[in-house]
Amino acid sequence: MDFIRKYYYGDIPEDKTGGTIISKDSKSDWPLWEVFIRSKQGLDHKHVGSLHAADAQMAIENARDVYTRRMEGVSIWVVESKYITASNPEEAGELYEPAVDKIYRHPTFYDLPDEVNHM
Amino acid sequence: MNNDLINYTLHLADNSLILGQRNSEWCGHGPILEQDIAITNISLDLIGQARNFYQYAASLKADGSTEDSLAYLKTEREYKNCLLVEQPNGDWAQTILRQFLFSNYQYLLYQQLQSHKDDQLAAIAEKSLKEVTYHLRWSSEWVIRLGDGTEESHNRMLKAIDELWRYTGELFMPADYEKESGIELTVIKDGWNKKVNIVFDDATLIPPSGGGGAFMQSGGKQGKHTEHLGYILTELQYMQRAYPGCEW
Repeated sequence: MDFIRKYYYGDIPEDKTGGTIISKDSKSDWPLWEVFIRSKQGLDHKHVGSLHAADAQMAIENARDVYTRRMEGVSIWVVESKYITASNPEEAGELYEPAVDKIYRHPTFYDLPDEVNHM
Repeated sequence: MNNDLINYTLHLADNSLILGQRNSEWCGHGPILEQDIAITNISLDLIGQARNFYQYAASLKADGSTEDSLAYLKTEREYKNCLLVEQPNGDWAQTILRQFLFSNYQYLLYQQLQSHKDDQLAAIAEKSLKEVTYHLRWSSEWVIRLGDGTEESHNRMLKAIDELWRYTGELFMPADYEKESGIELTVIKDGWNKKVNIVFDDATLIPPSGGGGAFMQSGGKQGKHTEHLGYILTELQYMQRAYPGCEW
């Protein structure tokens, strides 16, 4: 009988864990979520990072705990990373470079009347 | 009466401090980074509450006590926290269940406390209630997730219930200094049971059929603790004991 059992801080005693210890990689079973935070009313949500969570509800709570500890936000969106379709960086040439020499697409070639503000 | 108020305030402070200290043991050891942060956030919330209560208790005592002396220089028998909060972390299931059982109680308690005749206690309760509302939500969802999860997680919850249930009765047994506090523990007990039933039902867990028959441990509120508190205080108070008055 071990009447005196010393627990060091942070140690989780093996005999309390019960069952078999699941591989440390089990966290990789949780899908990745992308997190978007709106910092103030009226502004838009901005991507702030990603995290692991078992479901959407947990993702919101994890995001709250990880990304809004210092009053960064008033609203959170999460979306599972697999639902995001990204453009292929290898196609950057054909996608973006044709715009480089078409400066006339910027609205700086129009003479605006002085009365028109906020352009 | 004033003595009762001081003791009651210390009891509230000790509850928060000891549970905060316990949760902080997870820092760097959480099952995943996100939960490591979540549980230590809760830890910091609780220690913040404890500070408010200790500061108020120190001002009531007006004998040179400070929030630090009340936390770092009290002996085991002077601590008035309930037994539930000093129980070991065990596995994640046990930590989660302890948090749920206690947050459920604290949530209902602070709801009453925020309209307390003592302005200061009412103000601390009102400020803390938002934090506790989140603790309750967070821990409820984890109880459901583990209870209604895999066979392994379900069994661990059952084990945690077996381990901790006997410390829940004390929450509703008023200590002498609590009797004049104006807090209606029977109302809290009803609400507490209701919430436990709802969450356990979702979690496919069954609360032990207490019915007045289950034996409940008590004594923490009067300073009679389980053997665990001594170890907690040894760690918590080490610096101030070894280097009295040290600051950094």
